[in-house]
Amino acid sequence: MSLVEIKNLTKTYQMGEVSISALKDISLDIEEGTFVSIVGPSGSGKSTLLNLIGSLDLPTSGSIKISGEEVGKLSRKERADFRGKHLGFVFQNFNLIPVLTVYENVEYPVLMVKNESGAAYKERITALLDAVGVLDQQSKRPDQISGGQMQRVAVARALITQPKLVIADEPTANLDHDTAYKIINLMKKMKDQFNTTFIFSTHDPKVIGEAEIIYTLEDGKIQNREDRRAK
Amino acid sequence: MTKIAKIAYRNLLRYSRRTLLTSFLIIIGIAAVLLFIAIGGSFKKLMVGQITDSMLGHLQIHRKGYVASIDNSPLNLNLSVKQMETLKGVLDGNESIQSYSARLKFGGMLSNFSETSNIRLNGIDPENEIKTVPLLSQRVTGNSSKSSPTLNQGELWIPETLAKGMKLEIGTQVVIVATNKEGSVNGVPFVVSGIVGAMTGPGGRDGYLNIKDAYQLLRIDGEEYNEVALRLSSFGNLDKTFSSLGKELSSIMNKSDKQVFEIHTWEKLSPFSNIADIIDLLTLFVKVILIAIVLVSIMNVMLMAVYERIKEIGTIAAIGTSPGKIWLLFLFEGLFLGIFGAIVGSMVSIGIIELLNWKSLTVSFGRQDSLILEPTIAISEVVVTALIVIGISALASLQPAVKASKLEPVDALRHF
Repeated sequence: MSLVEIKNLTKTYQMGEVSISALKDISLDIEEGTFVSIVGPSGSGKSTLLNLIGSLDLPTSGSIKISGEEVGKLSRKERADFRGKHLGFVFQNFNLIPVLTVYENVEYPVLMVKNESGAAYKERITALLDAVGVLDQQSKRPDQISGGQMQRVAVARALITQPKLVIADEPTANLDHDTAYKIINLMKKMKDQFNTTFIFSTHDPKVIGEAEIIYTLEDGKIQNREDRRAK
Repeated sequence: MTKIAKIAYRNLLRYSRRTLLTSFLIIIGIAAVLLFIAIGGSFKKLMVGQITDSMLGHLQIHRKGYVASIDNSPLNLNLSVKQMETLKGVLDGNESIQSYSARLKFGGMLSNFSETSNIRLNGIDPENEIKTVPLLSQRVTGNSSKSSPTLNQGELWIPETLAKGMKLEIGTQVVIVATNKEGSVNGVPFVVSGIVGAMTGPGGRDGYLNIKDAYQLLRIDGEEYNEVALRLSSFGNLDKTFSSLGKELSSIMNKSDKQVFEIHTWEKLSPFSNIADIIDLLTLFVKVILIAIVLVSIMNVMLMAVYERIKEIGTIAAIGTSPGKIWLLFLFEGLFLGIFGAIVGSMVSIGIIELLNWKSLTVSFGRQDSLILEPTIAISEVVVTALIVIGISALASLQPAVKASKLEPVDALRHF
């Protein structure tokens, strides 16, 4: 069964009297436990597609089902609950909360979204920080660590709620090549370790090669789907 | 909810500069209001105490119609012996009344044999008068060799203003000339035995003589009075006693079936009651200003916090924080700012009040100098003001909190 099922998805933005079609009749399926990359030039609709899959935005038409749930029909609160329960996010600019420590940033979704208490989640945070290689930085604030470390923390934050799907919009855009490569490999390792599906967008050809399935977007349409798992 | 409250508390600690700046504004506001209430209240209490305890008493009873022409000190509205006996019967049986002093007030001419001036005089029984208005003795300066000035027959206490103007001193011989209610003029010599310090309000520039001398001067056979000043056991019972005495006195009629007595509180007789009302009104305005300061500063700070933390809001919304929790988070932050400001502000104001008491704050009012203020603030006043501030803080946070909760994560995340 597919984790993500998208059918005839369109997204149109109204800018005054002008309509801009960001996505045009897109259909795709993403299986559970895959490492998927959405590639394409700037303005091709990568971020729009990820925002729709992440239920951060609503489609103009078409349907998006995640784990069988039609997310486009959920209310604002239901979408928030759905994101908290099933999705994790990694952002291009890391989006760590500047006044919180590394540990507290990872803890935040547990307290605010999962409403967990007790010692179990604390052990999980420590284990996850260790897995992404920033356990020794846990008491530092984001401005005291490097960009690569910040993105590692963001990956840990995305995974702490044990989501089925992690969406990463240009997670390596603000990193140098070596660090970008390490982050992609970290995400891949986490996918294997936790059987979490990762969908990330990028236009860095060197990290694209790490994806198992690559969707190429151009002008709001899927131009190509490449499945590299058999290779 | 406890977790959200803890996170809100942590956010305030981490955004320390913003927290301190806002708290500082609230602390200044609440401290200013409580200080104003304490100082204004103590000034009011002091002045009311001065007026009631050295001149007016808490309540005054006159013959019906006297107060309407009180400035003339009319002698044709005096209380007769019989009426006074009736009144004594009412007053002696009332446990709320600590003491009372019957007076005979009239106007006359004061002469030092070279100059003559108008003077308003109070014929009093010194013992009853001091019991009823105990601060009067503090206003009177007598011969330095005596502990307290006497007011025996043949002695006169003259107001300070006249003493200065006519160069009168203790021991000076003067003559008082007065006209009685039949139009007969009489003059009696007196020795100045006391100089009465001036006070603001009616009676503040009056002279005093023994009531027996007043009878002699006005050629009154027997006893007559035109004012009875009352001192209550507790000033707090003023309204209650006024009401009960008013009812009792209004039922006493003369032969023509007309009311004999009228009763007034000090407030009706002294213009200072208007100043006291103004102080109360100012206190109310200052409270309103405080509310505005707290409302504007917290709303401004919380709105700025929403704008400054728009990306943070977008992030926490994206990871699944519900709009309700985001709303609650910002509401708690505003509420905690209010609670912190209210507690510290109250403590600061209580500290300053203690300091002012220790330093003996003095003020001048009218012709009175070196009045020592003793600012105090009731705990209930502190609690009410603090609760108002906390309530307003929560109210001021509502709109920014709603704004934060309504942000679409996709829009907030695009914000730079």
